[in-house]
Amino acid sequence: MKAWPRELSVGLALAALLAALAVFAPSFFAPQPLLSLAAREAPVLLVACGAAMVIVCRQIDISSGSQFAVVSVAAGLLAAEGWPPAAVAGTALALGATLGALNGILVAGLGLPSIVVTLATMVTWREGLRWWRQGAFINLPDGLQWLGLGQAAGQWALIGAALALLALLALAARHLAAGRHLYAVGSDAEAARLAGIRPSAVTFGAFTLAGALTGLAALMNVIQSPQVDPKSGTGLELKAIAAVVVGGVGIAGGRGRLAGVLLGLLLLATVGPALTHLRIEAHWEKAIQGAIILLAVAAERARRRPAR
Amino acid sequence: MSAPLLELRRIAKSFGGARALRGVDFELRAGEVHALLGENGAGKSTLIRIVTGAHRPDAGTVAVDGRPTGPLDPRTAQRLGIACIYQQPALFPDLSVAENLALRLETGGPLRRLNWAERHQRAAELLGRIGANLDPRREVRDLSMPEQQLVEIACALGAGARIVIMDEPTAALTQAEQQRLHAVVRELRAQGTGVIYITHRLEEIFALADRVTVLRDGESVGTRLAAGLTEPELIRLMVGREVAQPYPPAERPPGDTVLRVRGLGRHDTGVRDVSFDLHAGEILGLAGLVGAGRTELARILFGLTPAETGTIELLGRPVHPRSPREAVQLGFAYVPEDRRRHGVILDLPLAHNASLASHRRLFPGSWLRPTAERRLAEDFIRDLGIRCGGPFAPAGSLSGGNQQKVALARWLATGPRVLLLDEPTQGVDIGAKGEIHRLVRRLAREGLAVLLISSDLPEVIGMSDRIGVMRGGTLTALLPGGAAPDAVMAAALGRATETAR
Repeated sequence: MKAWPRELSVGLALAALLAALAVFAPSFFAPQPLLSLAAREAPVLLVACGAAMVIVCRQIDISSGSQFAVVSVAAGLLAAEGWPPAAVAGTALALGATLGALNGILVAGLGLPSIVVTLATMVTWREGLRWWRQGAFINLPDGLQWLGLGQAAGQWALIGAALALLALLALAARHLAAGRHLYAVGSDAEAARLAGIRPSAVTFGAFTLAGALTGLAALMNVIQSPQVDPKSGTGLELKAIAAVVVGGVGIAGGRGRLAGVLLGLLLLATVGPALTHLRIEAHWEKAIQGAIILLAVAAERARRRPAR
Repeated sequence: MSAPLLELRRIAKSFGGARALRGVDFELRAGEVHALLGENGAGKSTLIRIVTGAHRPDAGTVAVDGRPTGPLDPRTAQRLGIACIYQQPALFPDLSVAENLALRLETGGPLRRLNWAERHQRAAELLGRIGANLDPRREVRDLSMPEQQLVEIACALGAGARIVIMDEPTAALTQAEQQRLHAVVRELRAQGTGVIYITHRLEEIFALADRVTVLRDGESVGTRLAAGLTEPELIRLMVGREVAQPYPPAERPPGDTVLRVRGLGRHDTGVRDVSFDLHAGEILGLAGLVGAGRTELARILFGLTPAETGTIELLGRPVHPRSPREAVQLGFAYVPEDRRRHGVILDLPLAHNASLASHRRLFPGSWLRPTAERRLAEDFIRDLGIRCGGPFAPAGSLSGGNQQKVALARWLATGPRVLLLDEPTQGVDIGAKGEIHRLVRRLAREGLAVLLISSDLPEVIGMSDRIGVMRGGTLTALLPGGAAPDAVMAAALGRATETAR
């Protein structure tokens, strides 16, 4: 069997980009900026993992950016109230899961289209937050930043935690019955139902898990700075979905792996800094990222066609 | 005599390896209602699709008014005056009757000015020609099924159709609606239109048709004047053949009662008052025409559309499967009719498909063990003779017959008590068909109770220990295995013969 062809091509593209950087702009590999870059992207990785689960299930969630903002603000307020970090973390996780479960109920329980449901929740959370907070930043207590670990250790901890979670999720997707059911429902929900699987339960689970991961991601973002921006997470959902698509997860459901999502995210996240280091004007970043996404979708289409 | 309106000569058509038509002749005269009759799969639909230009024949010629048409495509067929009215009208529900007619009949660019008065007048006139009393301003969504058919017929007339094909137009109609449609058909005939009329209802043929052509196994077995025919003659023409294929021998007697169904029904599926017993080691065949309620019955048993009335007893215990999940846990297994779409999951590898319904059984604690899964798949590949590129080949890469075996494997892995098979060999090549037959017989021999739905008459007769015949949503006859084909067909058509009682 041909193993990992899509993930391999993304990996090769990333390797080529890194090789070009090594030759033309070795300054890119300076440890501290690189570490900061990775730490900034660690929360995005978690959101992307959640988005991947939802997309494998043949749904879409565009509300994760707004969920992220809601959880960030809530976590910030609780921390400012003097809650201990563990309690803040638990609340963030639970709040994220609740917001995801709400999407899940609307999509799986009522059978509404996920693009419309999550568009509605996206706008509702975002606008509700603006009306409530009036754009005010929240100042965090000193102990919370980097969880008191200091910057470098804190950054390493975040990156390690994100990668460990990714590995755990990838393992679950492969080795848990629930993971298999996710792929089955995404491929053909009716066939899965005939096999005794409950597609609505699987869909609900995917949205809830995505919400929990977004909650965790928000927490990981909050502890990186001394303040919480109530507008944080704007556009995050698109970034996550882009990483998922570039990583080879079929937008039509049922296909793809989390390892690919990691590679897709790394490739997209490297483009911006790479341009700076290669002294190319920065407004090319979005154009190049867009081209990569188009290329990924076209490649997916080309791969799917002969199979049918 | 002038040339016939439509003449088909030596039409042949194959799909893959299956020969759907083997040199069929057919002729339609102006002002004639010509009934086309045959079992499911005899080639009627294929023949119709060739006339409407949807399929290209492999060989043979089509002539209209004595002139060869050359290769037909839907547009050419329309220009030649050929129109087809399907059982399910294909209209736009959100548009009015007049708009629907205009959409098909008016020509011109997208920016032309519309004349609404003329549109409505034209629609009213066309509807009037077939005696339909319909307001052209009504939205199609609000029309009943027979009213929609009238719109289709008006549309065909408006397009200048002289050859009108009707594919089981009365299948979903009440008696009164049928009568009205017959009046319209007679009106068309009086106006010189040639009508090809497909139906399973023999009484319609005698009421309406001038001539009858019977298709069997892709061949025409003859064209007769309807006036001189009797029902038994027609039935014999439809089924008259030997059961050619050798079927694996049945082993009697069957064991204990596994499934006891009494008075089962569900209103919206049309299934009503179905009662039967199914024993361990028994294959109970279910014959009947398409739409007789056989698939609907299987879906009720499998909890897809739970029963509203009646009882189901499994091994003496009353059960009420309300979802496939419950049915699976109770010990039901269902291989659906639409295998290409829902029997297997094409994206998943063979091994994953095989284990999909038995995760609890195979992997307690729900942690999947790849080696166990691979072994399961390898066992089935060997046991069922699945030809594939290994246990992890995508199910979509397998042939139809092998996909069907994977669908079976999935259910065997659950250790079921009752196996519901819905058209298990439809679209499967002849070799794989024999293998599936032997496999099903072997499973029965091992004690499984099998309900076999099949529209393939030789198959259902050859495979079954008993044959249930369904008609109009209920079980109308229980015949012994090996019953005469015309007795089964007569029961399916609702015609009593000596043997059927």
